Amino acid sequence: MRRPLTLKDHHHEQRIFSVRLVVAVFLVLLLTLILISRMIWLQVIQHSRYTTLSDKNRVQVIAVSPPRGLITDRDGVILAENRPDFSLEIVIEQATDLDALIEDLGTMVALDDSDLERFHKRRQTARRPWEPIPMRARLTEEEIARLAVNQHRLPGIRISANPIRHYPHGDALSHVIGYVNRINSQDLEAMTLNEQRDYAGTHFYGRSGVERFYEDRLHGQVGYRQVETNARGRILRVLEEQPPIPGEDMRLRISMRVQEAANKALGDRRGAVVAIDPRDGSVLAFVSKPGFDPNLFVTGISHKDYSAYQSDPDNPLFNRALQGRYPPGSTIKPMLGLAGLDAGVTNWQRTISDPGYYQLENNPHRYRDWKRWGHGRVDMHKAVVQSCDTYFYDMGFKLGIARMHEYMTKFSLGQPTGIDLYNESRGVMPSKEWKRAYRNSAWFHGDTINASIGQGFVLATPLQLATATAITASHGKQIVPTLGGETHPVERDDIVLKNESDWEKMTEAMVAVTGPKGTARVMAVDAQYPIAAKSGTAQVFSVGQDETYNEEELAERMLDHALMVSFAPAETPAIAVAVLIENGRHGGSVAGPVARQVMDAWLLDDNGQLDVPPVFQEFLPVPTEVTP
Amino acid sequence: MSQREYIRQMPGQTGATLSPGLAMRLHLDAPLLAGLMVLMLGGLAVLYSAGDESMEMVVRQCIRFGAGLTALFLLAQIPPRSYRFWAPFLYTAGLFLLVLVLVAGTEAKGAQRWLSIPGIGRFQPAEAMKLAVPAMVAWYFSERTLPPKLMDVLVALALLGIPAALIGMQPDLGTAILIAASGLVVLFMAGLSWRLIAVAVLLVVTAAPLMYFFVMHDYQRNRVDTFLNPEADPRGTGWNIIQSKTAIGSGGVDGKGWLDGTQSRLDFLPESSTDFILAVLSEEFGLVGVTLLLMVYLVIVGRGFFISWQAQDTFSRLFASSLTMTFFIYIFVNIGMVSGLLPVVGVPLPLISYGGTSIVTLLASFGMLMSIHTHRRLMSY
Repeated sequence: MRRPLTLKDHHHEQRIFSVRLVVAVFLVLLLTLILISRMIWLQVIQHSRYTTLSDKNRVQVIAVSPPRGLITDRDGVILAENRPDFSLEIVIEQATDLDALIEDLGTMVALDDSDLERFHKRRQTARRPWEPIPMRARLTEEEIARLAVNQHRLPGIRISANPIRHYPHGDALSHVIGYVNRINSQDLEAMTLNEQRDYAGTHFYGRSGVERFYEDRLHGQVGYRQVETNARGRILRVLEEQPPIPGEDMRLRISMRVQEAANKALGDRRGAVVAIDPRDGSVLAFVSKPGFDPNLFVTGISHKDYSAYQSDPDNPLFNRALQGRYPPGSTIKPMLGLAGLDAGVTNWQRTISDPGYYQLENNPHRYRDWKRWGHGRVDMHKAVVQSCDTYFYDMGFKLGIARMHEYMTKFSLGQPTGIDLYNESRGVMPSKEWKRAYRNSAWFHGDTINASIGQGFVLATPLQLATATAITASHGKQIVPTLGGETHPVERDDIVLKNESDWEKMTEAMVAVTGPKGTARVMAVDAQYPIAAKSGTAQVFSVGQDETYNEEELAERMLDHALMVSFAPAETPAIAVAVLIENGRHGGSVAGPVARQVMDAWLLDDNGQLDVPPVFQEFLPVPTEVTP
Repeated sequence: MSQREYIRQMPGQTGATLSPGLAMRLHLDAPLLAGLMVLMLGGLAVLYSAGDESMEMVVRQCIRFGAGLTALFLLAQIPPRSYRFWAPFLYTAGLFLLVLVLVAGTEAKGAQRWLSIPGIGRFQPAEAMKLAVPAMVAWYFSERTLPPKLMDVLVALALLGIPAALIGMQPDLGTAILIAASGLVVLFMAGLSWRLIAVAVLLVVTAAPLMYFFVMHDYQRNRVDTFLNPEADPRGTGWNIIQSKTAIGSGGVDGKGWLDGTQSRLDFLPESSTDFILAVLSEEFGLVGVTLLLMVYLVIVGRGFFISWQAQDTFSRLFASSLTMTFFIYIFVNIGMVSGLLPVVGVPLPLISYGGTSIVTLLASFGMLMSIHTHRRLMSY
C-alpha cells in the first residue's frame, strides 16, 4: 500500500474535527431554534388567525328556508300549497367535465334551451362554493329513475326534493292568488339588509296577486344550520341548528264556492266578475277570464308557453277585474241618481217628458236615448227601472261635472278601491281639472252629458263597480274590498245623504229593474230573494290595438260590452256583484244570469234554500265532533 | 481470551467508561436505539390519525420499521473498516446504477427513480447513494492529510457532484440536495477552510437565480414561486402550504387533540400522512408536541455527534458526523418546508412520514453509526 508523502498528524486532525464538531452542534442548535421560533410564530402569535382560517375551511352556515304559508279560502279549501318537487342540481366543483356532463344528462332527461340558459345565468351569479345549481325542476318518476341508476358515473349531479308552490285550482284563481317564482337579484337588491338575510335560503318570491301582497306574512323567517364539511364539501355533521319560523297560513275571504260559480257562469267568455260582501268588504269572488295556469310560472315558464300567452288575442295575462278600464254605462245611474237627489237638482216626484232625445238650449245636437221613441213621462224611479238616458242627461247637466265628480268619487270611481292587491287601476271619473291636465282641453257641456250616463271619459274597473254597488247596498257606509283582511290606505268618508230614505227608494227602483218591466227581469226569474240590480251596456269606441284580426273577429270585438251590477237580498244585502262580459252586447240578458248564479252560490244552501252565510270571522268555529 | 479480560487491558480514557452489556455484545447503542424507538412509536400514533385511522397503514409502516431495524442490526455487526474498504466499490456500483436508472428506469409521477430488477423487485439506487456518497468522500479524505488542499476539495466536489447531478436529472431535487449536502458535510468536517466556505456561499447566492431560470424543471420552478408567494394561487399550487400553515397555526400551544385535527381529518391537508405529516402532529399536539418531537430528534442528533467525537479514525469520524448531520438536514428541510420557511421539496419527516425506502436507509445509517461506536475498542489506537 502506497503511503501519502505527508505524514498524517492524528492529533492535529482530531483537533480540526473537534472544532468543526462544535461548530456543527451550534449550527444544529441555531437551526432548531429557528424552527421553534417559526412554530411559536404560527402557533402562538398567529394562532387566532389560523384558527379562523381552519374554521372557515370546515364550518359552513347554511340558511334553511321557512316553509311558505298555505293559502285557503274562507272555508278552508286549499288554494295554494307546497308540494315536494324533485329537481336536478349540479355541483360544479364536483363535475370533472361540465360540458360532457350536461351532454350526458341531455340523453337522460329532457333539457331545453331555456333550462340551459337559466343554468348558465345562475352559474355566473355570486354563490357559495359547492352550492348546487338547479338545472331542471319537475323531474318525472322515469327521469329520476334514470338519473339514480346512472348517478355513479355522473359526478356532481344531485337530485333534491324541495317544496315548491302548487296551485290546485289552476287558472280559476290566477288573477287573485297570483303566483311565486324564483327570486332574482333585482328582488334582493330592492330589499333591506335584514330582509336579504331573511331570504338567504329562499328560492321563491311572491310575484303577483295575494302571493305578492302578503309576501311578508307568507314567507316566514329564515333558519340556520351550522355544518361541518370536508374538503369536498360533503356535510359531515350539524354543529348547531336554528329552525326557521314557518310562514303564516292565510285564510282568505274568498269563497271557492262563489268563485267557481262565477268561473262556470262566465264560461269561455272574456270578462270579469267581482263579488263583495257589503257587510264587511270581504271579496267573495274575483274572476278575470281568461286566466292562466300559475303553476307554469313557479319554476320558470318556458319561452313557448309564455309567448303563447302573450300572443293570445284574449290576453289571458291581463287582469280585467283589477286593471280593465271600461265605460260603466248605465250601471252607475243609481249612484248618479242619488247624487242628483242629494244635491237637490231633482226629487222623486219630478218628471220630465222624454221624446227620445235630449237637447241643450241654442244647440241643435240631439243626445239620443237608447229607446228611439222615448219613454214618455219619466220620474226618477222609472228612469232607473227603464234606464232612461234622457232623464239622466237632464239631471246630469243640472248637477254639473264638479258635483258629479265629488259624489262619484265617494263611490270609489276614479279612485283606487284600496283592495289588498298591487297595480290596481283607478279608472277615470273626469272633471274640468282632469281634462285640462290629461287631455289639455277645455270642458264642454257635451262632456257632462256623456258622463251622466256613464259614457264619455268615464272609465271604471269591474272591481270599482262592485265596490260602488256594495257602498250603495250598505247605504253609504264605506266599503274597502279585501281578500286577506288588510287594505291599502284609503281616504273615503261614509256617504251621508240629507234624506236617508233616498237609499231605500233607490233600492226599490233597483229591485224593480229585476221586476217584470225592468231591463234585468231575466235574472230574477224564480229567485228566492229580492235582487236589486242595474244593467249597463258600454260602447266599444276603439278597436283593439292589434290590427291583425280578421274582419269577422274584428266585428265581434266591436260589439258593446255587457255590464250588470246587483246586490241581494235587497233589504239586508249580503252580496254585491259586478259582472262584465266583453262584447256581450246586452247587460240584462247576458250579464244578468251570470250575476244571478254568483248570488245563488252565496245565498242558497245545498238544497237551494235561502241561507245567508254569516259575516267572515277571523277564526273558524271548531268543528263539533261527529260520531259515525 | 475473554472479552472481559481484554477490556481490562485496554489503556486510555475510553476503556474506563465502557460497560460490556448486552447492547455492546449485539453492537447496538442503547441511547440511540431508545431515541429511535420513541420516535417510531410516536410516529405510528400520528400516522394512525393522519391516515384516517387506517390500521393497514400502521401495519405496513411497522413492516418497514421491521425491515429497517433488521438492516440496522445487520449493518451494526460489520466493522467500520469494512465500510471504509468497500466504500469505493459501493460508490462506483451506485454510479453505474444511477446511469442505468436514467437509461432503463421505471417512471412514476413524472420522474424516473426506480430500477426494476427481475426476481427482486423495484428499488431506488439513489437511496443507496445516500450512504455511499458520504462514505466515499470520507474514504477519500481518510487517505489524505487534513485540512484538505484545494485539489482534494475539487476531487471531493466531483465525488459528490456527479451522483447528485445524476439524481437531479431523474428528476429528484430533494434527494439530490440531501446527497450533495451529505458530501458537503464531510468536506466541512474535514476542515474545509473558512475562506473557501465564504466563496462557496457567494457562488450559491449568485447561482441560485441562474438555476431558477436555466436549470430547473417547470414543476420545481412552480414550487419556488409558490414558496415565495403561496397566496397568489390559493386553489392551485399554493394550496398545500396554506393548508399546512393553517393546520399548524390552528393547533395552538396544546393542539386540538389526538384524532381531532380538522385540517387533516377533513382532507383539507394534502399529503397528510407523507411529506406533510408534521402539520398533523402540530395541529393535534400543538407547540408542546412539536417541541417534544424536536427534543427527541436533538437527543438522537446529539448522540450521533457524541459517537462521531468518540470515533477513533478519520473515516469513522467524518462518516459518522455526516450521517448525523444529514439526518438533521432532513428534519430541518421537512419542517422548514411544512411551516413555510423553505420551498416545497419532497423530503419526508424522518421516521414519522409514511412509506418510502427512506425509512430503511435511515435506520441502516444508524446501524452504521452503532457499528462505528461499538467496534471502537477492538481497533488499535
